[in-house]
Amino acid sequence: MKIAVCIKRTPDSESRFRIAASSTAIDETGLKFDIDDFASYAVEVALQLNEKQGPGEVVVYAVGPDAVQETLRKAMSMGVDRAVQLKTDSVPYDGLAVAKALAAELAGGGYDLVLFGKHAFDTSSGVVGTATAELLGIACVTAATKLDIANGKGTARRELEGAAETVEFSLPAAVTIDEGIARPRYPSLKGIMAAKKKPLETKPAQLGDVRITVKALQLPPDRPAGRIIGEGAAAVPELIRLLQTEAKVL
Amino acid sequence: MANVLVFAETRGVALRKVALEATTAARALADATGGGEVHALVAGPPGVGAVAEQLGKHGADVVVVVEHAGLANFNCEVAAASVAARVKGASYRAVLLGFSAQGRDVGPRVAVKLDAPIVADVTAIQAATGDSLIVQHPGYANKVIATLEVKSPLAVLSVRPSAITAQAAERTARVDTMAPAADPAASRVMVKEVVEGGKGKIDLGDAPVIVAGGRGLKAAENFKIVEELAAAFGNAAVGATRAVTDDGWRPHSDQIGQTGRQVSPQLYVAVGISGAIQHLAGMRTSKTIVAINKDKEAPIFKVADYGIVGDVMEVVPALTKAVHEAKAGH
Ligand SMILES: Cc1cc2nc3c(=O)[nH]c(=O)nc-3n(C[C@H](O)[C@H](O)[C@H](O)COP(=O)(O)OP(=O)(O)OC[C@H]3O[C@@H](n4cnc5c(N)ncnc54)[C@H](O)[C@@H]3O)c2cc1C
Ligand SMILES: Nc1ncnc2c1ncn2[C@@H]1O[C@H](COP(=O)(O)O)[C@@H](O)[C@H]1O
Repeated sequence: MKIAVCIKRTPDSESRFRIAASSTAIDETGLKFDIDDFASYAVEVALQLNEKQGPGEVVVYAVGPDAVQETLRKAMSMGVDRAVQLKTDSVPYDGLAVAKALAAELAGGGYDLVLFGKHAFDTSSGVVGTATAELLGIACVTAATKLDIANGKGTARRELEGAAETVEFSLPAAVTIDEGIARPRYPSLKGIMAAKKKPLETKPAQLGDVRITVKALQLPPDRPAGRIIGEGAAAVPELIRLLQTEAKVL
Repeated sequence: MANVLVFAETRGVALRKVALEATTAARALADATGGGEVHALVAGPPGVGAVAEQLGKHGADVVVVVEHAGLANFNCEVAAASVAARVKGASYRAVLLGFSAQGRDVGPRVAVKLDAPIVADVTAIQAATGDSLIVQHPGYANKVIATLEVKSPLAVLSVRPSAITAQAAERTARVDTMAPAADPAASRVMVKEVVEGGKGKIDLGDAPVIVAGGRGLKAAENFKIVEELAAAFGNAAVGATRAVTDDGWRPHSDQIGQTGRQVSPQLYVAVGISGAIQHLAGMRTSKTIVAINKDKEAPIFKVADYGIVGDVMEVVPALTKAVHEAKAGH
């Protein structure tokens, strides 16, 4: 199968974040960046599908500045065949604008499947995948925790609130990948060497109008410092009293 | 004066709670922009129109009912096409919906069909002037709160479940019926099977109390004590850490945290959970946090309003008993 995976470069989620002096961006000093978590699961899913189904091609796309080249190379070191950077100075918060850039490039690419993360760590929106699918006029399944392709048709499982559903869909399709479906592999040394020679193409991104802008970023208010009220079962009566009188939740 | 359209999601013929929350947000937005109307669209099997009364009580002036036998299961393509068709035939300032499994599907499709910008997972609509909306949206797994400006005469906003409290705003909604704007039988994606999580089970997003268990429980069967504590509260759902869902002790859908569900219940009880930053990302906005852990240095105690240092196998059953007694009025 011919599979495209759209990947975003995001900071390591374990980082402590500070807001930059501009107050509209995070301070990037000292942050480590990598393929966004959910998108890295999508890369793994694409590689596994083709390993199972026989020869095909996996291509990764990233919209962003030159720094995304490192992210694209990382995907190629995992086994992706080639990469395309859609170059912009910065990635807007406006998911529809990003989707337009991706769709313009993916249209006519002949992909059976286009994979995305369920949402990106930084924007946490889950907009880009579904919007790209709609722009391409193809089927879309969001937040898949299982994915199978057979006889030109797809089957996926998705978690709903308090329920789960199985869906069937036609190809070509876009699928956004949830956690639990596949653990991303670590690049082998051989993979890292091979990735250096794989093709990475750079083209200007045809972003749509950017109509969403960041006015301010803030860190959420800290919770009051935690308090240990006691040890063992002996502390239970005090906990009940606090839940009744102070927290008023019982 | 500007009207606001809500996609009011249902499962079967029942409204979901987030539909009323989106209606409340729409009411506030319509009022803030000079007293426009709130229209709510529902799409489902015959009989779904009965939710019009409930929507009216929460501020909907008009309920647009799309009923079709082919809509027994949620159908994203029909829902999105119908919402877009309704907007195209009228004049709306915004389309609101929930940031839920359905809303994640419908929102971006509607945005594309209408070429309108979309902000997902909105926790507050702060201002509306002319073509500008100012909204709040948590990013970076809740570690950063973004204030965003959306500049467009029409915007799509999906609201975070439970971030906005549904409020009564008594009206008798006029009902408008509409045929599905796409053929339900021709969808590219078809739901084949829905597996409900269990009868009477409260969803994590709706539960006022969550009791969550971590690896400190040592084995899948010990989750029984978590379930018993949840049952004692009566209005509680059971959650888990990734360590637990990875080991298959609980389904992935129970996972709370950065890559799981994000919840803010009134009370969160963390049982044998270390409090890793990725777990905190999903529950740190809970109103009151209780933690039970045998290690007094566990990071969970830094955010817990009330911590008990001890063995979960000893403390939890004692707490379950005490909650039963407190409920019985001892
Ligand atoms: C990209 C990424 C995303 C992630 N997303 C999530 C997520 O969404 N949700 C999530 O939860 N995690 C997530 N994680 C994993 C997270 O980092 C932690 O590994 C996980 O939360 C730990 O789960 P735990 O607290 O159950 O286990 P542990 O960290 O192993 O903690 C167990 C705790 O139980 C205590 N304990 C042991 N025995 C007892 C006893 N008898 N009585 C009382 N206490 C006892 C121990 O003191 C310890 O504190 C993510 C990690 C990464 C890298
Ligand atoms: N700048 C980008 N370049 C490539 N893919 C992206 C980009 N932004 C988002 N995506 C993809 O879209 C998914 C959802 O992103 P979002 O809608 O921003 O939450 C991500 O997991 C990626 O798969």
